[in-house]
Amino acid sequence: MTLAGSADQRDELGTPPDHTTRPAPGRSSTRPGAGRSQLRRRLEIALFISPALVLYLVFVVLPIALAAYYSLYHWNGLGPINDFIGLGNYRRAFQDDAFRKAITHNFILVGLSLAVQGPLALGLALLLNRRLRGRALLRLVTFAPYVISEAITAVLWLLILQPDGLLDKTLQAAGLGSLVHLWLADTGLVLYTLFVVITWKYVGFAIILFLAGLQGIPNELHEAAAIDGAGELRRIRHITIPLLGPTIRIWAFLTIIGSLQLFDLVWIMTLGGPANASNTMATYMIDRGFTRSQFGYGSAVAVILFAISLVFAISYQRYVLRRDVEGALTRMAG
Amino acid sequence: MTGFRRRRLPEHRSSTLGARRYGSSSPRVLQARHRYLTGAVLGVAALVLAAGGCSSSGGGGSSSNEPVKLTWWHNANNNPGRDFWKKVADEYHAAHPNVTIDVVPIQNEQLRSKIAVALQGQNPPDLFQQWGGGEMADQANAGKLMDLTDKVKTELANIGTAASGWQANGKQYGLPYTLGIVGFWYNKDLFAKAGITSPPATWDELLADAQKLKAAGIAPISLGGRDRWPDAFYWDYLAVRMCSQQVMQQSATDFNFSDPCWAQAGQKVQQLLGAQPFNKGFLATPAQQGATSSAGLLANGKAAMELQGHWNPSVMTSLTPNGKGLGDKLGWFPFPEVSGGAGTAGSALGGGDGFSCSVKAPPACVDFLKYLVSPEVQKRWAALNIGPPVAKGAEAGVSDPNLRMVIDARSKAPFVQLYLDIAYGSNVGQALNDAIAQQFAGSKSPQQVVSAIAEAAKNR
Repeated sequence: MTLAGSADQRDELGTPPDHTTRPAPGRSSTRPGAGRSQLRRRLEIALFISPALVLYLVFVVLPIALAAYYSLYHWNGLGPINDFIGLGNYRRAFQDDAFRKAITHNFILVGLSLAVQGPLALGLALLLNRRLRGRALLRLVTFAPYVISEAITAVLWLLILQPDGLLDKTLQAAGLGSLVHLWLADTGLVLYTLFVVITWKYVGFAIILFLAGLQGIPNELHEAAAIDGAGELRRIRHITIPLLGPTIRIWAFLTIIGSLQLFDLVWIMTLGGPANASNTMATYMIDRGFTRSQFGYGSAVAVILFAISLVFAISYQRYVLRRDVEGALTRMAG
Repeated sequence: MTGFRRRRLPEHRSSTLGARRYGSSSPRVLQARHRYLTGAVLGVAALVLAAGGCSSSGGGGSSSNEPVKLTWWHNANNNPGRDFWKKVADEYHAAHPNVTIDVVPIQNEQLRSKIAVALQGQNPPDLFQQWGGGEMADQANAGKLMDLTDKVKTELANIGTAASGWQANGKQYGLPYTLGIVGFWYNKDLFAKAGITSPPATWDELLADAQKLKAAGIAPISLGGRDRWPDAFYWDYLAVRMCSQQVMQQSATDFNFSDPCWAQAGQKVQQLLGAQPFNKGFLATPAQQGATSSAGLLANGKAAMELQGHWNPSVMTSLTPNGKGLGDKLGWFPFPEVSGGAGTAGSALGGGDGFSCSVKAPPACVDFLKYLVSPEVQKRWAALNIGPPVAKGAEAGVSDPNLRMVIDARSKAPFVQLYLDIAYGSNVGQALNDAIAQQFAGSKSPQQVVSAIAEAAKNR
C-alpha cells in the first residue's frame, strides 16, 4: 500500500505547476480553491488506506501493545489479569540462564550466517554468473532448498543426521568413520549442526539475490578495467563487490532478522534441546508462553525479542541502508 | 512434549490415547514455514490471540423439553474413536430429542491450546477433553469448570479411584473414560537372545539384564530424549518407588520437595544413566517419529525395550515396514520394584483422558457426560481396543492381550500416580521434564533437579 501511495504522490509532486491549473487525467477539476482540493485529497487517501490501516492496527499494533501489557502481569492465561508485577517478568527472563543462553545462540547464528553464508553465496553466485554448461540446472539445484518448506527441511535433515543415518554411513563408507559424531545429541555440537542445515537451506536465497545484483553491474566497467590491466580478483574486489553493496546490505538485513527469529527448524529438529543447547529466543518464548502456560512471562520474552529486532532494524535502516533507500523513498509533500 | 507422533499414528490409537501427549507444537510447526516470517510480531500476536479467542456454544435451557444445544470438543480426530463418539452423541440425541450435540473432534495438541483460549473467552465449549491434574486445578480455580461432585455420585462409585486424577480441592471437576499406566514394552526374541528368561521384576535385575543385552550386542533400552517426557517417565516412576503415596499426593498441592526421597529418585536415575543402557544419541531421539524414533527402534528390533504408555503398540505398528510392529513378539512388564523406597509395591504411574463441563454449561452436559462413562458405553468403547476403560465390568470388552496386562497391573496397583507433568500443571510439570532432561544430558545433578522444580513452583 505504501508503494502505491508514494508512486501516486511522486507523480503529483513531479508536476506541481500544472497541478492547480490542469486537472489530472481522469479526475475532475480541483478548482476552485487549493484548500478544498487538499482536503479532498486527504480524504481520498484516508478512504483508501483505512482498510489496510485498520487491519494493521488490529493485527499488528494492538497485539504488540497487548503483549506489552500482559508482560507486566503474572498470568497463566486463565484467570483474571490482576497480578501486577511490574518488570518482574523481564527481570526473571534476564536472570534465567536458559534465556541468556538462547540470546547467545541467536547472536552466534547471526555472526556465523554473516561470516559463512555471505562469502559462500557470493562465491557461488560469481561462479553461476559465468557462462558454463548446465548453468540453469546448477542455479536450480542451489535454489531448490530455499523452496522446500522449513518443516520438510527439518524432517529431512533429522533423518540424515540420525545416529547411523545417511551422513554417518556415508562418512564410514568414505573411510572417514572417525568424523562421525552425535550431530544432534551432542550439546556442544548441536547448534553448529543446525547452522549447517540453515546454511543449506538459505544460501540459495542469498545466491539468487546476488545473481540479481550482478545483472545490474554494467559490463563496460569490467571491460574498461580489463583494458587497464586489472585482473579478475581486482575487478571483483573493486568493481563487483562495491556495486553489489546494496544487495549485500539487504541480504545481511534479512539474514540477521531471520537468525534472530529462527524457530521452525530448531523446534522440529531438537525442541531447543538437548539441555537447552539449541534454544533460540523464539523457541524459548513458545516453550514458556504456550507449553508452560506462562502467558505473562511469555509475553515479556516476546517483547524482548521484538525490541531486539526492532532496535536492530531501525538502526540498520538508519545507518546502513540509508544510502541505498534514499532515492527510492518519497518524502511527504510540504 | 511430543514430536510428530500424530503424523504417522495408526488411525485408531492416535484418536484418543496415542494422542494423550500434549504440549507440543508439532502441528503448528508443520504449518508454519518461513524462517523469515516476522516472528516477533507473530509471537506477540499469537500470545494476544490466545487471550482473546472465541468459540461458540449454546447456552442453556434447564427444563427437560426446551431445546438445548451442547458443544463437545474431544481429541478423537481419527477413527475408530471419531465415529464412535459421533455415534454415542447421535444415540443420546435420539433418546433426548431436545438436546442437539455439536461434536467437534480436534487434534490433541491443538485442542489443548484451543481449550485454554476458549475458557478465557466468553463462549467456552460445554463439554471438553480434560486430562486432569494441575492444569484442571488451574481451570477450576479460575472458576471455569462445573463442580460435578454431587451430580455424578453413581458414576464415581462405579469408576472408583481412577477418577481421583480429576479432582481438585476435594471436588470432582471431570470424569475419565480411560486410564492407563506406564510400563516396559519389550521384544521377547531379543530378551531370549540375551539369555533373559523372565522380564526383570526388580531394579537390580533390570540393570543386570541391561548388561546382558549389551553383552549380546543389543541396545537394551530405547529412549526418546528429544521429547523430554519419556525421560521424565523414569524419574516419575522412581519417585513413585522412593516416595510414599502421601508425599507424592501432597506434592501436587503444596509443591514441597524437601523430602529426601525426591533426590533419591534422581540418584536412581543417575545409576541407570551410569549403566548406559540407552540407544546411541538418545538425547536427540524423538519418541514417536520415524523408524529411528525410540518406538521405531523397539518396533524394528533395534532395541530390546522401552518405558512407555499403553499407546505404544499402535505407535510401533505404524513405524514398521509391514505395518505390523512386533506382533506377538511384543511383551509388557510393569516398572520394576526398587528396594529401600517408601512407595508401596505395585504402585504405578499413569494417566488418561476424561471430560469436564464448563461452568456455564446446561444441565444436559452432565447428563450426557454420565451417559459417556456409563458401563454400557464403556464396554463398547473397550471393544475398540484403544485403551483401558475405567467403568467396572467394561474391561471384559478389551481383547488385546497386552492391553489386558496393562489393565491387570492397573487394577492391582494400590495407587496410580498421575504423570507428574500433568499432576503439577503445565507450568511446573514442564519445568520438571526440562530439568530431568538436563539430568539425562549430564548437565544437572539429582539435587539440582529437585531445586529446579522447587524454583519453578515458586514462580507458579
